[in-house]
Amino acid sequence: MAMLSRLASRSSHLGRTLLLPRSLCCSTGGRHFASSAGDEGPTFTVETSVPFVGHRCEPPSREVETTAKELMGFFRDMSLMRRMEIAADALYKAKLIRGFCHLYDGQEAVAVGMEAAITRKDAIITAYRDHCIFLSRGGNLVETFAELMGRRAGCSNGKGGSMHFYKKEGGFFGGHGIVGAQVPLGCGLAFAQKYLREETVTFAMYGDGAANQGQLFEALNISALWDLPAILICENNHYGMGTAEWRAAKSPAYYKRGDYVPGLKVDGMDAFAVKQACKFAKEHALKNGPIILEMDTYRYHGHSMSDPGSTYRTRDEISNVRQERDPIERVRKLILLHDLVSAAELKDIEKEIRKEVDNAIAEAKESPLPDPSELFTDIFVKGCGTEVYGVERKENKILI
Amino acid sequence: MLGLMRRVSMSGSIPTSMLRQSLQRILPGLAILERGYSTLGKEMTVREALNSALDEEMSADPKVFLMGEEVGEYQGAYKITKGLLEKYGPERVLDTPITEAGFTGIGVGAAYYGLRPVVEFMTFNFSMQAIDHIINSAAKMNYMSAGNISVPIVFRGPNGAAAGVSSQHSQCYGAWYAHVPGLKVLSPYSSEDARGLLKAAIRDPDPVVFLENEILYGQSFPISDEVLDSSFCLPIGKAKIEREGKDVTITAFSKMVGYALQAAEVLSKEGISAEVINLRSLRPLDRAAINASVRKTTRLVTVEEGFPQHGIGAEICASVVEESFEYLDAPVERIAGADVPMPYAANLERLAVPQVDNIVNAVKRACFRSVPVAAAA
Repeated sequence: MAMLSRLASRSSHLGRTLLLPRSLCCSTGGRHFASSAGDEGPTFTVETSVPFVGHRCEPPSREVETTAKELMGFFRDMSLMRRMEIAADALYKAKLIRGFCHLYDGQEAVAVGMEAAITRKDAIITAYRDHCIFLSRGGNLVETFAELMGRRAGCSNGKGGSMHFYKKEGGFFGGHGIVGAQVPLGCGLAFAQKYLREETVTFAMYGDGAANQGQLFEALNISALWDLPAILICENNHYGMGTAEWRAAKSPAYYKRGDYVPGLKVDGMDAFAVKQACKFAKEHALKNGPIILEMDTYRYHGHSMSDPGSTYRTRDEISNVRQERDPIERVRKLILLHDLVSAAELKDIEKEIRKEVDNAIAEAKESPLPDPSELFTDIFVKGCGTEVYGVERKENKILI
Repeated sequence: MLGLMRRVSMSGSIPTSMLRQSLQRILPGLAILERGYSTLGKEMTVREALNSALDEEMSADPKVFLMGEEVGEYQGAYKITKGLLEKYGPERVLDTPITEAGFTGIGVGAAYYGLRPVVEFMTFNFSMQAIDHIINSAAKMNYMSAGNISVPIVFRGPNGAAAGVSSQHSQCYGAWYAHVPGLKVLSPYSSEDARGLLKAAIRDPDPVVFLENEILYGQSFPISDEVLDSSFCLPIGKAKIEREGKDVTITAFSKMVGYALQAAEVLSKEGISAEVINLRSLRPLDRAAINASVRKTTRLVTVEEGFPQHGIGAEICASVVEESFEYLDAPVERIAGADVPMPYAANLERLAVPQVDNIVNAVKRACFRSVPVAAAA
């Protein structure tokens, strides 16, 4: 009872969050959620930061059910993602990661919220800002860092790099370098799901930069005609490389751009809003075909490691978002508000995560570069007796 | 002495640093002359060369305008269009959304009407999204309309492999575009090439595909006053003999010209004199220059970075076999990228693109000299 009154007095200063604990068993279970298998801890309801805005649909409720376990999981998963991306930044500057590297820090709530609403049988496809989605679909840190560094233990054996992570068995279809291409591909995944009568859905993710691509509208038209279970997720971080959304789109209301296709505008920095929207979208897509979710989100880094990210936006803007809307901080406040664990324990979790990431990097560094013979593997699924030539074709030819 | 140095520096083909080193080996006292030498010739990076060419052509003809992603406010993804928005304003330097099919079609349409667009692809990999407009709407139009509608457009941007950007961002499109009648396809190596060929492309009434190279953008080359003049222009369809030789002909374009020149240096120490041809133009291909060279040297090594099958080297080899068969003393050697999608891992990437060693080995094979046994794979 004493706990309830403490919670009640805190709620006013956080404004929006409602507390309706359904169970009071948290006093003993309150400190070990991550490890208690099957023990979800107390269930409660949180309110999303802002209401959803619907286009041609009734938006879902702002009240989102969650459990202590889920909330702690959000904190842990997002912190892991954040730490991984920051570590990747350092590895890139140390020249251990080469080429392109597009970081997701700031956008973590979209990845974790979506995952919380779906199963591994549902499919996700995204573009090149894919490290965290890969993690949420079951990828592990070692194969992530090893791939980034082009090593044998990488999820693509070192042959893909940052933009080309895949995990078909986890429902993750990549990992694509060409802006917009992943959207028709995602509609194709949805086509297959419907064809096979699987009652699963596909989330095809793209950014505000890709939102104007013609191929998106072509695929959306077909998906609507054929009632495909395709959910288009526009991660609107407001900048397509260096171009602000208002300079690229006549209508930056991306959730409405589907025209005849319903849409929902979601606070992408609020993992619970994302979860609720994705749950809503999955139900919708299975019954009524495609829907667009616009996630209002933000990337702290520039477009890629070659872009400082400060020539087209102010440092004030970036630090304001960090202060007001950071997805991890939001969840931290909720955890403390509900008194699930102490602030010190959250810091311990972060320290553990930091160590986990450091260990994974050390292990990934041990992995060697791919064997030279890998140059010629996986061109085709099966060999067909044809020659493949190396640079010096008279010296270097193999049969595959 | 100074006259010799001036002539050598005007050749424009070898990076100044290499030239300086070579001269210092011949003339140890050169250090004293060094200060004098460095004021003899100017240097310019390929980036500066392209930027100045765009600037001058936009200044000369108000119908020339630029279009592409990040070409304006961002100053260009690779800074090629730096300063041009400030100078010419947003009506002539247009930042587009990330929609290649759309803006390329718009560019071609503007060219139909009589404007002279320069459309930038952030890399030519993205031109595949717009290739229907490049081929069907631009390349074929003058022919289909019997000359009624010409298409004075330039499509430009970096082409080929960069470093560690993996398979979807590393392809060379030289062979694809050079395959198409109605297109002109250019690929500069040096700063002189960049200036002269881009100016020629912008002034040309036909659609031109202009294949640059990201790695070359920062490379500096000596450049003469003639090249710096705003009227400077290079002819389209003419190759350049970068280095004269008598034992073997090496053809190359873009970055591979630099590699071929390095190979020629290595070979000269072994008594093989290689003639290096900088193609400059993939379509029209300077078959006359290539054949004249092979008739002189009797041996041919073609070098390109792109995939080998149906590539530039294949066409050059066919041309030489058709026109100069009796002159050949050895089978043609083709050096090209490996026949695989570009891998990301650093060691595999190195194996997938030609290195100077590969060119040296190919020349030696063509000269029936023994070649060290190749490492596995």
